[in-house]
Amino acid sequence: MNDNWKTIAMNSEKKQSSIAFVIGASSVGTLIEWYDFYIFGMLATILSKQFFPAEAGTAALLSTLAIFAAGFIVRPFGALVFGRLGDLIGRKHTFLLTLVIMGGSTFAIGLVPGFKTIGWAAPIIVLVLRLLQGLALGGEYGGAATYVAEHAPAGQRGFWTSWIQTTATLGLFLALGVIILIRSNQGVENFSAEWGGWRYPFWISILLVGVSVLIRMRMSESPMFTKLKSEGKTSANPLKESFGNKANFKMVLLALFGAVMGQGVVWYTGQFYAQSFIETVCKIDFIQSRNIMLVAILMATPCFVLFGWLSDKLGRKWIMLLGMFLAICTYRPIYKEFIAITSAKNRTQIVDARLTNVGPKIPLIDAKDKHKLYVRQVIDTVYTDGSVFKYTITDTLIGFNELGVDRPINLINPTLIKYKAIKPNVVIEKTMGKSATWDIIWLVFIQIVYVTMVYGPVAAFLVEMFPTKIRYTSMSLPYHIGNGVFGGLVPFLGTLIVEFTKTTEKPAGDVLAGLWYPIGVATISLIIGIVYLSNKMDKNVMD
Amino acid sequence: MNSLKKMLGFVWMILAPIIICFLVYEAYIKIGAAKPTEKANVILQWIIILFIFTPISFGFFLFGKYAANNEYDQLPTSSEELTN
Repeated sequence: MNDNWKTIAMNSEKKQSSIAFVIGASSVGTLIEWYDFYIFGMLATILSKQFFPAEAGTAALLSTLAIFAAGFIVRPFGALVFGRLGDLIGRKHTFLLTLVIMGGSTFAIGLVPGFKTIGWAAPIIVLVLRLLQGLALGGEYGGAATYVAEHAPAGQRGFWTSWIQTTATLGLFLALGVIILIRSNQGVENFSAEWGGWRYPFWISILLVGVSVLIRMRMSESPMFTKLKSEGKTSANPLKESFGNKANFKMVLLALFGAVMGQGVVWYTGQFYAQSFIETVCKIDFIQSRNIMLVAILMATPCFVLFGWLSDKLGRKWIMLLGMFLAICTYRPIYKEFIAITSAKNRTQIVDARLTNVGPKIPLIDAKDKHKLYVRQVIDTVYTDGSVFKYTITDTLIGFNELGVDRPINLINPTLIKYKAIKPNVVIEKTMGKSATWDIIWLVFIQIVYVTMVYGPVAAFLVEMFPTKIRYTSMSLPYHIGNGVFGGLVPFLGTLIVEFTKTTEKPAGDVLAGLWYPIGVATISLIIGIVYLSNKMDKNVMD
Repeated sequence: MNSLKKMLGFVWMILAPIIICFLVYEAYIKIGAAKPTEKANVILQWIIILFIFTPISFGFFLFGKYAANNEYDQLPTSSEELTN
């Protein structure tokens, strides 16, 4: 009797360690793919200077293609290409291939000389490599989620697949961390130079991918796919069976509009729009805004597993929809609070005078236009809560003579020239005090908890929706349309909506108006989810 | 619930072409308002957006049509229902 119990215990332990290996190996690879995809977006400003200079005209077009097409066209296309492949030849080899393509193209981006050195070849090569990244990402997620779900025991699928769900956020964390670390060590100038530190995150990728490929090579094929293959029941034409078969196509549409579309906008708002908002609207400085994101992400990440596990107990539907509902109701108050926390109105200055640390006025003559003189002054305003608001005021003075004719500025004999000043340009950079920083971290944390609610259970939800023989193809397309297109458009359409609200009386417009896009999309998805989705879990994903 | 599903189906069918019309109108406005130096870039952005949203809107219309035809009243309970 004792021996029997020992054998059962050993088998169960073996099973647990085997699934832990499956999760670990799949998650590491997926995390690296996300890391690779994000670093391009995070370094977009430097990359555009190096490869897509605005003065080169058409290079800006290639830049648009690299940013837009990689997310919106190539990702869904990659979902179709690799989804089909995964249903034909198997999950393991397909997502091994996507990992190699992603890692190879990321590493190669770090090797491409700049526009200054090789001219037009630079933006064209980078564009091709970026499109390859998008293609690979389109194939990766569906494979990893399917692979893990097909290994997971019934009743624990939400819990095990939620580990895969953490990778998108941890990939963001890794990318942010690596960039901040290198930039802090090198300084802004060295980091942004042609062969500067911005290339290191790309080069690091090859090491990460190498390790991950070695681990993935040791993995075996999904047991369900192996069984189907041995019985000769794999799909001959996964694309046709997924989208040409009305019964399955209806479920693809339901998955997209009833869940993934809303999940995509909540995901992008919480992780990207929030960062962009606190940096560009609230004017929090580069490093601090990223540190805020890092801490909030780290604190919220365990919730992916929590909600994945909870979805095994309560069902997937209501957890995802609750996440969307909370996001819809609280986005505007949260972003309003961001503005209030970072406003100068709500804090007390250390001294009565507004100017607490006034730097010298430094005159700079415009290199291109000798009629212009810039006078730059940096003013630090320190507040009792430890916040420091740095105002960089640049006055542009235009030299003209007694007849009112513009003439070059002469610093040696400035009395000969009269100046007319145009409106000064004021750039504000805020470093928040401890308490205000934590307030912002909590607000970002809340949004990432919504992300974990909608995203934690979604892999199990999609896997259970489709049959094994066409699962990879069927779940990959709605996932990448929901995330790549609906989610990826959050910054673009958000900015577009803010543009509508700009008037001559209010030139900045309503900075909160951009939230109507994610709120609107999530509301439609929530209604469709409530009315049409079932909360019933498919216990048998073997069929 | 089934009548609500059906009624909403008509709403989605109407909403789908409205979304596309709105995007085409926006593209027209934004391209028209773009500076000559940025025009080609703005055109390209909107071509990509319309290229990707047209099939999605068509899919949304089909979703509405299926819902209006009561085809989501009973969701499949096994994979066989999806593959046959």
